[in-house]
Amino acid sequence: MAEIAVASHPIDAVLRRDRLPHIWCPGCGIGAVMACYARAILESGIPLDKHICVSGIGCSARVPGYMNLDTYHTTHGRAIPFATGLKLVNPELQVTVFSGDGDLFAIGGNHFIHAARRNIDINVFCVNNFNYGMTGGQAGPTTPMGSFTTTTPYGNVEPPFNLAALAAACGAVFVARWTALHVRQAQEAMQRAMQKKGFAFVEIVAPCPVSFGKSNDIGEGVDEMWMYRKQCVVNDDADVTKIDVTMGKEAELVVGNFLDIERPAYMGYGKEVLGEA
Amino acid sequence: MTGNARVLTGQHFLMGDVACAEGGLAAGCDFFAGYPITPSTEIAERLSRRLPEVGGVFTQMEDEIASMAAIIGASMAGARAMTATSGPGFSLMMENIGLAVMMEAPCVVVDVQRGSPSTGLPTLAGQADVMQAKWGSHGDYEIVAYAPSSPQESFDLVIKAFNTADRYRIPVFVMADEVIGHTAERVTIPPADQIPRVQRKRPRYAPGDESFLPFRAEDEDLVPPMVHAGEGYRVNVDSLTHDEKGYPATFAEPHDRLVRRLAAKIRQNAHQIIEYEELLLDDAQVVVVAYGCTARSARRAVALARQEGIRAGLLRLITLWPFAGQKVWELSSQAAAFVVPELNLGQMITQVERFTSHPVVGVNHAGGAIMPPEPILDAIREVVM
Ligand SMILES: Cc1ncc(C[n+]2csc(CCOP(=O)(O)OP(=O)(O)O)c2C)c(N)n1
Ligand code: SF4
Ligand SMILES: [Mg+2]
Repeated sequence: MAEIAVASHPIDAVLRRDRLPHIWCPGCGIGAVMACYARAILESGIPLDKHICVSGIGCSARVPGYMNLDTYHTTHGRAIPFATGLKLVNPELQVTVFSGDGDLFAIGGNHFIHAARRNIDINVFCVNNFNYGMTGGQAGPTTPMGSFTTTTPYGNVEPPFNLAALAAACGAVFVARWTALHVRQAQEAMQRAMQKKGFAFVEIVAPCPVSFGKSNDIGEGVDEMWMYRKQCVVNDDADVTKIDVTMGKEAELVVGNFLDIERPAYMGYGKEVLGEA
Repeated sequence: MTGNARVLTGQHFLMGDVACAEGGLAAGCDFFAGYPITPSTEIAERLSRRLPEVGGVFTQMEDEIASMAAIIGASMAGARAMTATSGPGFSLMMENIGLAVMMEAPCVVVDVQRGSPSTGLPTLAGQADVMQAKWGSHGDYEIVAYAPSSPQESFDLVIKAFNTADRYRIPVFVMADEVIGHTAERVTIPPADQIPRVQRKRPRYAPGDESFLPFRAEDEDLVPPMVHAGEGYRVNVDSLTHDEKGYPATFAEPHDRLVRRLAAKIRQNAHQIIEYEELLLDDAQVVVVAYGCTARSARRAVALARQEGIRAGLLRLITLWPFAGQKVWELSSQAAAFVVPELNLGQMITQVERFTSHPVVGVNHAGGAIMPPEPILDAIREVVM
């Protein structure tokens, strides 16, 4: 079989090539989302040396390890407060938290809501694959009702978070939801997040065929991509409170850039609070 | 009383908590993140007023987990960062204290101990977190913990804690207690140019130099140079076991190598870190080993014993960790017994016992008030009988 040899790739500059191949399973959506982030960085106009990527723990949280930036792989759920300290000390840095749904909204949920409330100037990019992929597919705070996971063998009876509504309610200045299929739109949303001064949140729905798709009659990664293609509805003006993600066979999956507002960003209590010029 | 200067040179009448805050400022602390908890809150309150005045940043976080994470992030961005708490918050910080160990993030944590376990005695003293300071986070690691026994020493030891943290790239604890935190005494703050300042070891390579391995300990002290966020080195800093490049290396061999180095950089330098005060030890038959507020009572008990003709002396621990075991062992050749008073049910006494075969008698109270000299004196009398 002929080898496919590619000498270079447009996003090479943003990747630690010596760390490839990555650890993700075949059909996993995280790689596609990482590529969106890489392109957003290249297009951001901000020097690579000023981009910082912080994550918690999980499959999605392995992304910073592959990015050729200053990267911090912290503890489960604590990427946001870590990033907060880093950003407050050096406000010139473009700080992105890249992590999973369980990391950011279960164990790290309290940090998320307070960071959004304060409007700390960071980006939070969340790969929502509806489960704890890394630990073998347990239910988490975004698992749709009725889903089968390794800890919901009888079907999930807990209602999940609507992450977009949560972020908006807590005070984020930018809220978007895309899928691993919408690579162009997701990239642009990430770029917009980087431009925003304040707490910017982008949810990217992505397949985890190994731990979620197969046990929930969705199938392989590519089948889930087809599902997005058929069921996604782009609506920037959607009422965020009414766009729960159910992953139902016929249900609409509403995506878009739902919120883009201005609000003073939190800088901590530094010399600015003294009111001197 | 505040002023705009970072170092408030002069004589002051300060409580221990405020002295901790001023010690941090004098040491060059740029960043404080914390969550209110008695009896440490005065440290946060003082710094919320003072840090903005001197160009630093104060932030109140949603809990102590976040506070600890924030100071590690701040440290990685180049700040001298600290937090302050008490037992319940110290418990919440434990996971990220392990993160600071693993990332080699210099930072300072003040624990103003109160009666415990759980919510315990919010407003009253205890000394029962001293073992937690050593062992509280999972895994094998070494830390440095100081125990001030006056407001002056609170000031001095917070400065020392910052220097030790930067010297060895570790989290350093200042294990105060409610009595010391809330006692007001004279504190002398020296001129700014007399405050010792250890600088972090920084890379000798330029950004982009392929031969630079950010987690390689090039020097005998086993401490790798520290890169700060945004300098262009593009370093991966990981909570996972990592190799010298900083890349995850989750195998037995690199794990053993990393964990051993992290412990060894403290163990092999322990003689430079350990500190204690010796009082009347030259001819002592009975050695009282004490720290924090209890050392104040022990000092009195030793004086009273001397009046009775008992050759008692005091070994006052300034570093709890690493423990001054060598000193205890040396004293064993001359003394016949040790007395270890603590506001807990017997924690540091286990360390004393490891380094002597003579009788070691604990004087213990679970906490709630400073221990009076009398029970310590009774124990001294008892062991010489
Ligand atoms: C304190 C703590 N508890 C539990 C774990 C185990 N753990 C590792 S990753 C993970 C879940 C990650 O889920 P998510 O954030 O959704 O990431 P994914 O793997 O799905 O991308 C858990 C529970 C841990 N590392 N630390
Ligand atoms: S377990 Fe799921 S999320 Fe993790 S790498 Fe595999 S497919 Fe991706
Ligand atoms: Mg997940």
